[in-house]
Amino acid sequence: MTIHSLPVRTDAPDRTPARKPAGRRLLRQRAGRQHHAGPLAYVLLVIMAVLSIFPLYWTMVAASTDNTRVSQTPPPFLPGPNLFSNLARAWDEAAMGKAMINSLIVAGVIALSTVMFATLAGFAFAKLRFKGRNALLMLVIGTMLVPPQLGVVPLFMMMSELGWSQQLPAVIFPTLVSAVGVFFMRQYLSEALPDELVEAGRVDGAHSLRIFWSIVLPVARPAMAVLFMITFVHAWNDFFWPFVVLDMTNPTVPVALTQLSAGYVRDQSLIMAGALLGTLPLLAMFVVFGRQIVSGIMAGAVKG
Amino acid sequence: MATSTTKALAGEEPPGMPRRSGDEGTARRRGALLHRLDVKGAPFAFIAPFFIVFAAFSFYPLVYTSWISLHDVELATLDVMEWVAFDNYVELWGDSRFWNALRNTVTIGVISTVPQLLMALGLAHLLNYRMRASLFFRVASLVPYATSVAAAALVFTMIFERDFGMINWALGAVGIDPVDWEADKWPAQVAISTIVIWRWTGYNALLYLAAMQAIPADRYEAASLDGASRWKQFTHVTVPGIRSTIVFTIVLSTIGATQLFGEPLIFGQGPNGITGGADNQYQTLGLLLYEEGWKNYQMGRSATVAWAMFLLLVLAFVAQRVIKRLRSRTS
Repeated sequence: MTIHSLPVRTDAPDRTPARKPAGRRLLRQRAGRQHHAGPLAYVLLVIMAVLSIFPLYWTMVAASTDNTRVSQTPPPFLPGPNLFSNLARAWDEAAMGKAMINSLIVAGVIALSTVMFATLAGFAFAKLRFKGRNALLMLVIGTMLVPPQLGVVPLFMMMSELGWSQQLPAVIFPTLVSAVGVFFMRQYLSEALPDELVEAGRVDGAHSLRIFWSIVLPVARPAMAVLFMITFVHAWNDFFWPFVVLDMTNPTVPVALTQLSAGYVRDQSLIMAGALLGTLPLLAMFVVFGRQIVSGIMAGAVKG
Repeated sequence: MATSTTKALAGEEPPGMPRRSGDEGTARRRGALLHRLDVKGAPFAFIAPFFIVFAAFSFYPLVYTSWISLHDVELATLDVMEWVAFDNYVELWGDSRFWNALRNTVTIGVISTVPQLLMALGLAHLLNYRMRASLFFRVASLVPYATSVAAAALVFTMIFERDFGMINWALGAVGIDPVDWEADKWPAQVAISTIVIWRWTGYNALLYLAAMQAIPADRYEAASLDGASRWKQFTHVTVPGIRSTIVFTIVLSTIGATQLFGEPLIFGQGPNGITGGADNQYQTLGLLLYEEGWKNYQMGRSATVAWAMFLLLVLAFVAQRVIKRLRSRTS
């Protein structure tokens, strides 16, 4: 693939060994075809946006009324007065408070470790030479095709043997790394990190970890931030395995939500308040970092 | 940058070194040795964490699943494994619930994946226009992706509620009789597929959009010089241009479809969810796996279902390849 001993690559004219490499530019997409949107396109897009957002809007509406109002026709379309009292009830009565803290721990640890290990491995796959590099990279990609659900029975046995049943480590450990993350960082670093920078570090005599620390990390930072957020979203929302291994005494948000809905006395506005509460942190993240998350997902896409 | 290490590795000589051909030479040789060790070893150290975690928590369980599927294991006594050879497989083959779950997994998979990817393609095309508020539309289409299966399924369960749900109310407004979205088979499968479609359409659209933007503009120019209409350009330039992304999304959606679990579970509200409705009308393989293991306490049978799911995946990919072959031969 790429030849690392050559200090200058002629096929990359826009690659300058400047201190601020292509980082941000790569995450921002170039515009391709440039037809202007007509009125019809805008109408369709607005319909799409409404369909995307409406279920969440209605979650908020239902969470702000009370159980009797939700169960009437026509259904409510405007918010009622009980939003905060319902949220407070969900937090206390429905164990959502504990679930939120648990999810914060789980998603935070998983996102941190995924980013760290993915950057290390992504750097190795993008810029270091070693035996079997391409085969190992294919192996990483191949693991994406193996759904984790298939190994759930032995995994469950393993966790009960380790004494981790109903404990957060049971949810955290199996997801400490991600193949998608490794591939994402590899794609990013092979474009954003100039070979000359790595070579310069080598010439200075810096060892690999040093190069990683002082050369790779600064370049990788924007992609690491994006990977952190995407991993956080996935870990926060992960359902099957936490549902299997955790119980109501120590749930993550999705597990708590399931229990909330399976109760014998169904309080619809309470359920919706729980759902809203469990989604709010991610929504807040999307409002603030929407641009970065969108560009990150697009940068990780297979192109061509 | 890295000055201290530089000295340590290449310049300074460690004390107590034997002197042969002079200080500098030895130090350099030693430095070179360390350097080679570093260059050879570091890459493996960097990729090791991924492979160690994958081996321990994904690969080993996957392989061990096949071993367990040849045993009787009860949930309460996980360390007692009784060898039964292929009994679990024979029983599963003769179990109508298995075939039912398999059929449901396939039909829900098709109902949820095909419209999802077609709509994503259309949405990506729209998002690819130069327009105002493009960032807003992109983020908006990604909002469902930020919503967890659990939250999304809860909301849609209410929207599809038989007596006071919004859909039946809207149908009633145009004079259509209410539909029992949970108890009837096909309505239930459509409702569950709706949740999947809602959550993933925008995400797939962004993947397509990224690929569309990588298509060189001159291909469109050439096509329009040839007099190709907008539609022709879409089918002859855009779609072929993003083919590998389309394959990628088909693969991901197929995997997701075989694993479907949370949506039907929550849609069934409680105990009804695990069996996939009173008549198993929307029980998927994922639900059957859970029911066998954690409701009937038969871990061996649960592992057998897992292997059946794996086989289904393999079959799906083989079928995809065959179809691709046939199509490339005919075209």
